[in-house]
Amino acid sequence: MISQVEYISLLIIPLFILFTVIYGAIKKVRVYDSFVAGAKEGPGIILKIFPYLLTIFVAIKGFQASGAFDYLRDAFYTAFAFLGVPVEAVSMSIVKPLSGSASTALFTEIVTTTGTDSMATRISAVIMGSAETTFYVLAVYLGAVNIKKSRYLVPVCLVADFIGIVVAVAVARWYF
Amino acid sequence: MNVLWLIMICISIVFAIFTGNLEAFTKSIFDGAKAAVEISLFLLGIVSVWMGITRILEDSGLIYRIAHLFRPIISRLFRNIPGDHPSITAITLNVLANMFGLGNAATPLGINAIQELDALNPEKETITPEMMTFIVLNTASIQLIPFSVIGILASYGDSNPAAVVLPVLVATTVSAVTALLVLSLFRRILR
Repeated sequence: MISQVEYISLLIIPLFILFTVIYGAIKKVRVYDSFVAGAKEGPGIILKIFPYLLTIFVAIKGFQASGAFDYLRDAFYTAFAFLGVPVEAVSMSIVKPLSGSASTALFTEIVTTTGTDSMATRISAVIMGSAETTFYVLAVYLGAVNIKKSRYLVPVCLVADFIGIVVAVAVARWYF
Repeated sequence: MNVLWLIMICISIVFAIFTGNLEAFTKSIFDGAKAAVEISLFLLGIVSVWMGITRILEDSGLIYRIAHLFRPIISRLFRNIPGDHPSITAITLNVLANMFGLGNAATPLGINAIQELDALNPEKETITPEMMTFIVLNTASIQLIPFSVIGILASYGDSNPAAVVLPVLVATTVSAVTALLVLSLFRRILR
């Protein structure tokens, strides 16, 4: 089952590009010129996004390096000790919304130190699979359109993230 | 975002002073800057490729056909998108890319979608309800199969890495639905 889905997901992009190009050719579109004209917009978009990404990355890296992150993790750990959530899974739930590469590194570390069948690994795996790097998504999408007034979007994302993590822990505990 | 950023920076510096991590903190600022440059360069390539493909979709009119096809589904979540607007296609492709774990396609297509939604925005610089729904949908990320997680588990000798598929699917669906519920709750209270 998994390998079939994996094969389909490998096929999607090539098939989609093939279909787009052939359809364009049938409709008498000069596909090469069209592609170039579209690609020209790329640098402009990235220039818009870059300052937002930089601003959020500096804050996130600084937060991790200052030791504030460890304190936050310990605070969360103490607060949820009665649920019996492993400390590794608590780290995971805080890192995942902040940084994609850091969460992958942390997950690999959890797998190597606690083993592939530990509760910490299982809960972390579900969090890895079901949560998203919220701050990155916010910076990229709000940056791409220069939104200054995001209204209640950030609180909604934070509340939704929190609920998502609780759900992930609950599902992992129920399933394994 | 302003409040959050201010809090993060201030707390970090106060902590760095009290825990003696000042040197690490200063270094991390430049690390963050470097990471932003690297990711932007990476995005520059894939975003340009997808903008090229999208332009062919536009010039051939295929973008309106796809929009027409998916309008019945997308308009349930995004009420104020008129006719067969190109944003419907961009949203559809972004959601599909997310579901199949195609991260390199999902972000550029998402950028395209948010720009199309912004084209419908009467008041630039202020977010619209449709844009909020789209971003919340993306931060909740609906993924059918977490290939990267399975890959890591398999490479460390897990005998049945695919066991995570079902719990991840349940968790991601429940959290996406709750995320949209939280959004509509805020919308009702703060209208």
